[in-house]
Amino acid sequence: MAERPAPLLRARDLTVVLGGVTVLDRLSVEILPGLRTVVLGANGAGKSVMLRALHGLVAPASGRIEWQGGRPPRQAMVFQRPVMLRRSALANVEYGLAVNGIEGAERERRAREAIAKVGLEAIAHRSARVLSGGEQQRLALARAWALEPAILFLDEPTSSLDPGAAFEVERIVAAIAAEGTRIVMTTHNLGQARRLADEIVFIHQGRVAEQTPADRFFADPQSQDARVFLKGELPWN
Amino acid sequence: MFEIFASLKLALALMAGGDAELAAIVALSIELSLAAAVLGSILGLPLGALVAIGRFPGRRAIIVCLNALLGLPSVVVGLVVYLMLSRAGPLGSWGLLFTPGAIVAAQTLLVVPIVAALSRQAVEDAWAEYEEQLRSLGVGTARAVRTLLWDTRFSLLTVALAGFGRAASEVGAVMIVGGNIDGVTRVMTTAIALETSKGDLPLALALGIVLILVVLAVNAAAYAIREWSAKRHG
Repeated sequence: MAERPAPLLRARDLTVVLGGVTVLDRLSVEILPGLRTVVLGANGAGKSVMLRALHGLVAPASGRIEWQGGRPPRQAMVFQRPVMLRRSALANVEYGLAVNGIEGAERERRAREAIAKVGLEAIAHRSARVLSGGEQQRLALARAWALEPAILFLDEPTSSLDPGAAFEVERIVAAIAAEGTRIVMTTHNLGQARRLADEIVFIHQGRVAEQTPADRFFADPQSQDARVFLKGELPWN
Repeated sequence: MFEIFASLKLALALMAGGDAELAAIVALSIELSLAAAVLGSILGLPLGALVAIGRFPGRRAIIVCLNALLGLPSVVVGLVVYLMLSRAGPLGSWGLLFTPGAIVAAQTLLVVPIVAALSRQAVEDAWAEYEEQLRSLGVGTARAVRTLLWDTRFSLLTVALAGFGRAASEVGAVMIVGGNIDGVTRVMTTAIALETSKGDLPLALALGIVLILVVLAVNAAAYAIREWSAKRHG
């Protein structure tokens, strides 16, 4: 058996309580380098909160998050509803770079490159908030991509998009992964999970019920909860 | 009834003829109110934004003080500024009492709470939308304040205009600290009060009409800015 690489990220016994409700219940997960992870689970299972806790937006009540090398690497997150600043598309990407200390010509170069990679050059100077939902989500991806993060969290990035725009987002996510960024994404779309995932993390009631390679997960889920979930989501099985 | 129409006719004649006294009073009023609106915005906008998103000791005390200042009778503000600027007062050596500078100081004090309260609301709404994204990008409090002020700039321009309206329509405080000195500190509102009590209704009426027009123009501008920005920037 090949030697297991050290995990990029290891969360141990994460408990998150929001408004008196225990959303994550001693959740443990390891994110190994080089894979695309899709997080599945029923509504309210804790998928989004897990992403936010790993990204540092939600403070756990207890538990630990350990990053490879001891310090969090550069990371980014793309949300279900993209938040666009009231300025041009290009300026939105430049803003993220400026916050992270990238200035001057380098900033503009990287911003333009990211905008081009998501196919928005033609509207780079349009005000970001008047773009369509799909364009805004692509712009959010460009803003994250320009930072060249080691890990990118995506929280249901296509759930409010039409199929065409969703497909475009999938293509961009795959391209970001191909450039070496670790992808951790939640979705409700099992077809999308099959297309994008190398491995599935299945969350049930605030805990990881199973973490399985994607092909195996869909053919033969290891946990009873995942079997029930897949049956419910794919009633023809 | 006849007298009112006669006064109105004279007032319109004054306005149409570009009466020098009328013009000077209007110009001074607008100049001082603009200065107060600008100063009040420079102080009030960051204060409002900081209170909106900051979590620091004393935040609640600031909110209570700002809300209290909103309801404070302006003559009391005038009295306080008068005491500060009077010869025996702590700032007496500045020699500002009964100068346009004193009026601007009093007006600014009245504008700051309004600007801070209104901008706090606008920035809080934007923060609710932006918080996760900005924190995800690693934005600190100081930068978040700047970003939110810039992103709500069209709302805040209307906030500043509201501050201008407050300054321009102020009487009591301006009367106390300015002294309503002819040609020096006589502004529209204090002139109206004086001319009315003297019985010179045409000038009072002409000033009143100009004041109403100014306030109308300001509100029309605020409305137009909102419409334009919503269409242009979403």
